[in-house]
Amino acid sequence: MSPGARSLALHGGLIALLFALGFLLPAYHQGNLARIMVLATYAVGYNVLFGYTGLLSLGHAMFFAAGMYGLGLPMQHLGISALPAFGLGLLSAALLSTLVAFLALRTIGVAFMIVTLMFSQAGFLTILYFGTWTRGDEGFVIAQASRSLAGVDLTQPLARYMAALVLFSVALLLTARMMRAGFGQVLIGVRENEERTRMLGYDVFRHKLAAVIVSGTLSGAAGAAYALLFGYVGATFASVQYSIFPLLWVLLGGAGTTIGPLVGVIFMFYLIDWSSGLTNAYMLVAGLALVLLTLFARAGLMGEVRRRWLPWLP
Amino acid sequence: MSAPLLETRGLTRRYGGLTAVEGVDFSLPQGQIHALIGPNGAGKSTFVSMVSGRIPESAGRVLFEGRDITALPAHRRIRAGMAYTFQITAVYGRLTLAQNIALALRSRDRARILAALARVGLEERAEQTCGDLSYGHQRLLEIAMGVAQAPRLLILDEPTQGLAESEIEGFNGLIRSLAGETTILLIEHNMNVVMALAERITVLETGRVLASGSPEEIRANAAVQEAYLGSA
Repeated sequence: MSPGARSLALHGGLIALLFALGFLLPAYHQGNLARIMVLATYAVGYNVLFGYTGLLSLGHAMFFAAGMYGLGLPMQHLGISALPAFGLGLLSAALLSTLVAFLALRTIGVAFMIVTLMFSQAGFLTILYFGTWTRGDEGFVIAQASRSLAGVDLTQPLARYMAALVLFSVALLLTARMMRAGFGQVLIGVRENEERTRMLGYDVFRHKLAAVIVSGTLSGAAGAAYALLFGYVGATFASVQYSIFPLLWVLLGGAGTTIGPLVGVIFMFYLIDWSSGLTNAYMLVAGLALVLLTLFARAGLMGEVRRRWLPWLP
Repeated sequence: MSAPLLETRGLTRRYGGLTAVEGVDFSLPQGQIHALIGPNGAGKSTFVSMVSGRIPESAGRVLFEGRDITALPAHRRIRAGMAYTFQITAVYGRLTLAQNIALALRSRDRARILAALARVGLEERAEQTCGDLSYGHQRLLEIAMGVAQAPRLLILDEPTQGLAESEIEGFNGLIRSLAGETTILLIEHNMNVVMALAERITVLETGRVLASGSPEEIRANAAVQEAYLGSA
């Protein structure tokens, strides 16, 4: 099978499986998986920058929040309907990521991590500062009646699940296509050896810039969808915790693999779900699992699968 | 006579109080194979790094095809028709040979990738991971990546370092096969390679041009013998 056909079979098969699960799963897990697919879209966006380009951001929550508030605020205060509001969410994230990229990409390594963290904290504090409109930590609920897209009521479990699936599928196929194209290969080149890539005649800065914008906009799409599908907008999603989550998901699932982000979110979600049923100290269980994985599967779950069994895994 | 492909005027690089390259005027005609030799620390690598834009110059100018490219960043110079191979092998260790070549070629055309690898005899290993290759094979891949770019000027920084004798013969053959289509600037310590390939030689010592001429002239030059060849 050619790499293109393999990629299509793998991603198409995964999407078909998720589609079928939408009808087969009991309500509780169907709801979980809808949430997981939205968060996995966030992780897919993060993976473009961290997994493929090799840039570790500690501030992606600002992009997620830019999408969330870019959709939520106009819906709440201006009465704009869901579809144009979703567009505004994407636009907010694209603009913010462009601005942050130009400033943060002047730094590398640890400095890049700190600069992105600082920008994200500034975003978080801005949300709290404008509490009159954002309702700060408490957040606000998007009216159930306005949460529909093209006549489809997104508060219905199945419709919500399918909307999450569409979002995730678009993000997955987009990045899979991108990483197979010349552009993605250059991003991998930047990750593997920046100086070599520059000396092959590639404009490294412009490629990094594009990677931040794609990554930030995908993260924003996830944030906007989260607000729309689950009806809640709050400052927690802009906090540092939500910058660390995508890093953990991607590390667990396998950085630089197309399906690793989804695997990472599923693993983490159900690990916490299961361990919180056992004990109140569920983060201890989650923490232990993380330590074990970093000790024994340093490339993440799908990274290990690729290393051991399926070297062709995209 | 047409304008030289590459020209430098007063090219200088200072590191703090140390002057690594000082006022080098250099001219390289189209199609020539030119070797740059000199003792360690003479400034050869610094000089070609300034030509390719890897490190900024402290003073002086670089002209490529008659155009002043001093202000251009490295990637624009490469796009203008230069290729640069590193002294310390810089291939993508975790990617396959085919992926390495594809990045150099800017194409994923399988036939072209295999043809580029075949020039250094590595076409059988296209799907191997680079890091698993021997050092000599990595050097050959690096050279293949330079050649694959079909540059007008190919800069090779000590390409034969770490190659076995048989591989050096192959390398000489490859460079000869490029003669005419590509201009080559070669830093080399192996005098057999220099004498076998170079049409002209420039000798650098402590950042300055000590001598420049045909291989015979360089061999006969008393100052060069004193500074370099005699001590070798």
